[in-house]
Amino acid sequence: MNKDNKRMLYKRPEGLTDKVMHYCAGCGHSLAHKVLAEVLDELEVREKTVGVAPVGCAVFAYHYLKCDISEAAHGRAAAVATGIKRALPDRIVFSYQGDGDLAAIGLAETVHAANRGENITVIFVNNTVYGMTGGQMAPTTLNGQHTATCPSGRDPAGMGHPLRVCELINTLEAPYYIERVALDGVGGVLRMKKALHKAFSVQIAGKGYSLVEILSPCPTYFRMTASESLKFVNREMRDCFPVRVFRDQGTPQNA
Amino acid sequence: MTGNEALAEGAIRAGCQCYFGYPITPQNELTAYMSAQMPARGRVFIQSESELAAISMVFGAAAAGARAMTTSSSPGISLMQEGLSYLAGARLPAVVVNVQRGGPGLGSIDPAQGDYFQSVKSGGHGDYHMIVLAPTSVQEMHDLTIHAFRLADCYRVPVMVLADGRIGQMMEPIRLHEGPPPPAPRKPWALTGAAGRDPNCVRSLLVGEGELEQHNYVLQDCYRHIRRKEIMYHEKCVSDCETLLVAWGTCARLARGVVDLARAKGKRVGLLQPTTLWPFPEQRLRRLAARVKNLLVVEMNCGQMLEDVQRLAEGRAPVHFKGYPGGRVPTETEILRAVMALRPPRSVPRRKTGKRK
Repeated sequence: MNKDNKRMLYKRPEGLTDKVMHYCAGCGHSLAHKVLAEVLDELEVREKTVGVAPVGCAVFAYHYLKCDISEAAHGRAAAVATGIKRALPDRIVFSYQGDGDLAAIGLAETVHAANRGENITVIFVNNTVYGMTGGQMAPTTLNGQHTATCPSGRDPAGMGHPLRVCELINTLEAPYYIERVALDGVGGVLRMKKALHKAFSVQIAGKGYSLVEILSPCPTYFRMTASESLKFVNREMRDCFPVRVFRDQGTPQNA
Repeated sequence: MTGNEALAEGAIRAGCQCYFGYPITPQNELTAYMSAQMPARGRVFIQSESELAAISMVFGAAAAGARAMTTSSSPGISLMQEGLSYLAGARLPAVVVNVQRGGPGLGSIDPAQGDYFQSVKSGGHGDYHMIVLAPTSVQEMHDLTIHAFRLADCYRVPVMVLADGRIGQMMEPIRLHEGPPPPAPRKPWALTGAAGRDPNCVRSLLVGEGELEQHNYVLQDCYRHIRRKEIMYHEKCVSDCETLLVAWGTCARLARGVVDLARAKGKRVGLLQPTTLWPFPEQRLRRLAARVKNLLVVEMNCGQMLEDVQRLAEGRAPVHFKGYPGGRVPTETEILRAVMALRPPRSVPRRKTGKRK
């Protein structure tokens, strides 16, 4: 309560700068950034956190997040995060990556960091397209989905099927916590916050590798309105990428 | 001690805190040595999933302010070019070792010097340089590695130790560095968590208007400074020589013996042996080229440093070449034969380079 008897119900997180974000209208990144900043504030770890920004739409994360941040070469974020965490084991280290960065060019780094059980948090924003370069096909593009490089829709014959990252990482022994959430409404945002909270708590407790996959709208390259994109995430994307906890306390969870 | 082990022990004594590496011949003793010695000292060792990952882990550890190193051999170093460019762009200090083998492609596992261009002309994208040090003995594998950590921290640049399979595998007695590691400068730019300060950012993406241009001028200033201060070379019998051998690494080691053999036969031969391949001893070579009758470049490749020597000799004396590109180390006798076959040029050439042999 302040002196005017007004309660603060909502404010900009301490961990977020006041810079206007460059993200397109309806994009999920701005929301993910904000919630990430809130979580780092609530866990009181922002001043001991080092993030790794990807090559992709979120490369400018350091403009918005008030914590130390490193860029990484395309796909190498998990390896860079490994280097930082091993050099400074008492700091909190996360990588923030898109689907091209994490699941295409950086899949080897992703799998091996998880397999070593690196005590880092990987935030994987999956919007099924390469946003930064103009909406090309990503490893997570849905079958039949139209993109700049599969103009007739993704045909699994020759282009492969969408890659399910949580399911893949869940086959490994070492990971401690894996969850997929969807930014398709208020409930999804709250679920994301809970998942990020949990992932960072796991790291703070020194338990090991945590991965949160966020299904996220990209209205610009879905070529849809913002509300249509939310529906796309809610129906088509969730169909292909089930939203659930895959691993908790190092144990695979039933669907 | 083998050259590879001497180098590894040098890194440990230089205060290397993090080592990341991927197996490749002929430098496997190095990774094995680090896998035992680093954890025993409470330091970081990771056998990475690839050279791409290894150099990126080096990037992360360096960004966090640690002394970090990776080692590999030619094909692996090709994969690391991405990371080297990012290290240079982000101004991060790191030490990278290339124990060269034959190429191109898988080439062979035998010693070679085919990576001169890639190392000194910078094999990754963009306008950058690495400092490149060329050891010629097991002792220098040890000493130059320690020096490499000093240089990297001093200038915030990647530094490469460019050895080859012969020096990596050979055994010699050496004197180990007993003093303290090179002093570590303060690293206010390092990513350590933004406690009580504004956040730091390690980056090489500079898209603001004029930002990248300014950044590249800053890099070039740094390189100018390195060129002024850090050139290292050795000479043998250059004061009266008529024929100047120019060689680095294993070939320089052989050339030292060739100088003695040639002098015993009455031929006035000297040697210039660059220790820093970048920055190259340019002034020194220019001066020597102005007063000798012939230059002979000897390398285990088809003529790479040769191009720098030709450029710097500026036609003042003919530049000859003897190359061994097959992953084979030549003998002193072979090189001596090439030296003895040289004749003084018929007339003083005027800004014209000699024929390749």
